[in-house]
Amino acid sequence: MSQMNMIQAINSAHDLIMEKDPTVVVLGEDVGYFGGVFRCTDGLQKKYGEHRVIDAPIAEGGIIGTAIGMGVNGLRPVAEIQFADYIYPGFDQIVSELARLRYRSGGEFFSPVTIRTPCGGGIRGGQTHSQSPEGIFAHISGIKTVMPSNPYDAKGLLISAIESDDPVVFFEPKRIYNGPFDGDPDKPGVSWSSHPMGEVPEDYFNVPLGKAAVVEEGDELTIICYGTIVHVAQAAARLTGVRAEIIDLRTLFPLDVDTLIKSVEKTGRCLVAHEATRFCGYGAELVSTVQQECFWHLEAPIERVAGWDTPYPHAFEWKYFPGQKRVAAGIRKVMEAG
Amino acid sequence: MEEPAKNIEDLSRTLVRVLDDDHEAKGPWDPSLDKGILLKALRYMVLTRAYDDRMQRVQRQGKISFYIQSLGEEAISIGQGLALEPGDMLFPSYRNQGLFILRGTELVDLMCQCLSNTGDMCKGRQMPIMYQDPARNIFSISGNLATQFPQAVGWAMGSAIKGEKHIAASWVGDGSTAEADFHYALTFAAVYQPPVILNVVNNQWAISSFQGFAGGERRSFAARGLGLGIPGIRVDGNDLLAIYAATRWAAERARSGHGPTLIEHVTYRGGAHSTSDDPSRYRPKDEWAAFPLGDPMDRLVQHLVKLGYWTDQEHTALEAEMKTVVDDAWKEAVSFGTMTEPPFLGADLMFEDVFKEMPDHLKKQRDELMELSGETS
Repeated sequence: MSQMNMIQAINSAHDLIMEKDPTVVVLGEDVGYFGGVFRCTDGLQKKYGEHRVIDAPIAEGGIIGTAIGMGVNGLRPVAEIQFADYIYPGFDQIVSELARLRYRSGGEFFSPVTIRTPCGGGIRGGQTHSQSPEGIFAHISGIKTVMPSNPYDAKGLLISAIESDDPVVFFEPKRIYNGPFDGDPDKPGVSWSSHPMGEVPEDYFNVPLGKAAVVEEGDELTIICYGTIVHVAQAAARLTGVRAEIIDLRTLFPLDVDTLIKSVEKTGRCLVAHEATRFCGYGAELVSTVQQECFWHLEAPIERVAGWDTPYPHAFEWKYFPGQKRVAAGIRKVMEAG
Repeated sequence: MEEPAKNIEDLSRTLVRVLDDDHEAKGPWDPSLDKGILLKALRYMVLTRAYDDRMQRVQRQGKISFYIQSLGEEAISIGQGLALEPGDMLFPSYRNQGLFILRGTELVDLMCQCLSNTGDMCKGRQMPIMYQDPARNIFSISGNLATQFPQAVGWAMGSAIKGEKHIAASWVGDGSTAEADFHYALTFAAVYQPPVILNVVNNQWAISSFQGFAGGERRSFAARGLGLGIPGIRVDGNDLLAIYAATRWAAERARSGHGPTLIEHVTYRGGAHSTSDDPSRYRPKDEWAAFPLGDPMDRLVQHLVKLGYWTDQEHTALEAEMKTVVDDAWKEAVSFGTMTEPPFLGADLMFEDVFKEMPDHLKKQRDELMELSGETS
């Protein structure tokens, strides 16, 4: 075991898998010589060469389009999109091509591309460096959608994603690259060294896609969340004193429905929280699923805490971010209802 | 062949031709093809046209939902297919059926795809003409325009990364050069110099808008790559010999490490865009007859006649033979079912191949559908 932050864990996943599988190639803007703007691919080009760690032109559609072609030619490409906010020029290649190639060709062609992209706010990134578009991708048939909340899962899930023969969009909540963030911007930052999930095996291991983690057990309320909000929800639950069971989805698609059902049947109350905008957000799917599967166990309406339905504002970042206060208010509302 | 783009810019401005107006092969681009190859080219052009003719008619009879002919553009797929190696990967557009036919995809398989029947390679998931043939190194046709262009570049990058000699080739129409994917492909091809041939089939029409709406009046499509240092060559797309020669040249450049080439094929879309289109609403009926580059098949026939390799009688016999081949294939294809006659595909196929392994929620949805339709999966 070794202390790693999320960046080091992601770097380690790349390194191990590139060593193990010579067909794995990495491409993206600034990923090669420079090692990535967040340093996730640091040192890889030096170790594996320019043919396997490729600096790409600033053209996300080109990055994803060429990655698909490489995948069809037997390689296993990992494409980095520098910010999730920049992914849209590649959207058509993801939706119309990558997600549907296996389907449209009757299973005769596929391309095992993993797209990594940093997402989420809390870094003073304004509306073009803070978005959480995971719901848009979870909506598309044919791709898997992942968002880890800690270094251990980041490494294990990324290895699974790259090894998957299905395309994966892998969201990295950049606010927690260097340490867990509980939603209070006034507190000094903490590093992953104080968190148990910052202990990461140096060797190969994986965390399977499609399995949620119960990060805290409880019997009064189920909180379903992922990414940065996992840490916010833990702090908010402590603030309210409610014995909440906190579920970190880790993979948004395929969704681990069984873990949700088991928990809500036990607690009878449910709160769904994410940083992304609320309307048609991923949380709506969670609420619908829990309602359908657990209706007769519910003692109160399911509550949803999400980003406001506006673009992510630079000056009002902490009014926008669903922090401890808003999650705590949501918890109290569910507990007081019914 | 080793010349950088700036020294051969004139190739993007002129029109490379081999067959002159008297149907004789002339000039430095004459590939000096032997009789066997010329007759093979003609045979596959006639077969492609016979296939198109039959499929166009069965669409009109309501047997298939949609069809796209390649009438007038057959020389491009056949000439280029002959100039490339079997291991080269093709990323076709929707008017490249000649590539499949030349490489030997069974007509029955192509027809079954159009019929969405039990023999359909796409398992009923794609509109007609969206073929693929992995065994013959032909990629799946998308239906979205120009998306295959950067994919072909990526495939070629993969070939270079793996140290292989196979090259990639892809095709878009004049209209689709306006898509961002076209420009992504050119940029990545310029930066990484992978072994790829990028083709623009300028058939003058993008459904109803003439090629000027893609900027074709300003400069040739072949010149689109010059700003990036990609050599461009503008070819008479109705001249099989010129197409073959230019493709061979581009392929040798690619195979010997000199990177990408952009080829513009100047041709004319002889038929409607598709069976859903009515060109009489936007272009003169006799425009093709007035097109100065003529009909690619007639031109090849005249050339062969002039060489003494072919006669009108032989041509009539070949057309009849190809018609029989197509008729026989159609009889076999419909034995796998049509959209109105059994056997039909099982609807449970809808849920397969979304992922490598079917996730639980899709199994549930499949079972729900099967129960509603009184079937079991």
